[in-house]
Amino acid sequence: MTTIILAIVIGAAFGAALDRIGATNPNWIWRMLNLSNLHLMKTILLAIGTGSVLMFGGQMLGLVDVGHMSVKAAYAGVFIGGLMLGAGWAASGFCPGTGVAAAATGRKDALFFIAGGLLGAAAYMLSYPWWKSAGLLDDMAGGKVTLGAVPDSGYAGLTGLPGDVLGIVLGLAFIAVAFALPERLRRAPQGRAAEMPAE
Amino acid sequence: MPLNWKTGGVLLGAVFFLAVLLVKPIGVSTQFVILDAIIGDIANPALIQATEEGYTSSNAYLAKSGGKYAANAANPLNYSFVFVLAMALGAFLSARLRGGVGAAERTAPALWRANFGDAPLGRYAVAFLGGFVVLYGARLAGGCTSGHMMSGMMQTALSGYIFAAGAFAAAVPTAILMYRKEA
Repeated sequence: MTTIILAIVIGAAFGAALDRIGATNPNWIWRMLNLSNLHLMKTILLAIGTGSVLMFGGQMLGLVDVGHMSVKAAYAGVFIGGLMLGAGWAASGFCPGTGVAAAATGRKDALFFIAGGLLGAAAYMLSYPWWKSAGLLDDMAGGKVTLGAVPDSGYAGLTGLPGDVLGIVLGLAFIAVAFALPERLRRAPQGRAAEMPAE
Repeated sequence: MPLNWKTGGVLLGAVFFLAVLLVKPIGVSTQFVILDAIIGDIANPALIQATEEGYTSSNAYLAKSGGKYAANAANPLNYSFVFVLAMALGAFLSARLRGGVGAAERTAPALWRANFGDAPLGRYAVAFLGGFVVLYGARLAGGCTSGHMMSGMMQTALSGYIFAAGAFAAAVPTAILMYRKEA
């Protein structure tokens, strides 16, 4: 029962946060991906950095259970699948989480995204044996690895660096990049000022 | 207007941290498979079968890893599935509190209309096809933007970096080609 209450509280907080940062709005996804406004990119980088510093800092202080980490395996299909997701994400303006959240905010196009997603996931369920037999799901570089070895995590490190310290350093790097990124990387269209979000 | 990126970034980061502090890292795309399996099992009750130790399936993907997907589909009242339902509820309430989404936006976003016009059919078709490719890719990769990119890179997982490299390598050129006009 506690688990279900946590699912409701954390899930609702996640959905509300996605909506408030503009991630449920495809316009902001497209402006990030076509490099005309990096506001959402800065938000995401700061979020990853903040999460990383808090998690690894908490682990080092003994306040966060290292056993809660869950590292996914690395294999060739991760890159191929990433390419596919990226193309569909840019075309539709939705990813799995934001698509469901956007439908809940009243966006009708998001319902079509979810329908397509259910069909795409079903197509993968049927074609899974092919990817498996082609060897594209076989672990590479150790499979479930972190960049450094995180103490007591049970996951191997890609390098011999201390994983928790590295996690904090990388977290700070993500935060630094969030601050360093300009508002846009693409030349502004002539004759009108680019729309800027309020600071 | 979305939250300032400094406030929004700390807020979103705090939610990702809270998830890993209290339960486990956030992920969404697996639940599309679970819903497929629930629907599939209604249409064909032989899809998911109970065994002495748990559950298995006639589908190899649902049966993998000791039948954990089959087990979750047989018992939808589990953390990850309820999490996604609650995410929708949170987004719904947040949208209500900020005044909702306008009528034209609900059908097609402003940037779509600026580039492709007001007819909804094209937008719905691209959203549907996009959804197909996104979820096929996410299941092949073993995670999506939340599970691989955010939770993965936050944990310094190698797989998260590989996924993000692939996703942005395809997403940025696609968005630049498709959405030339700004709005």
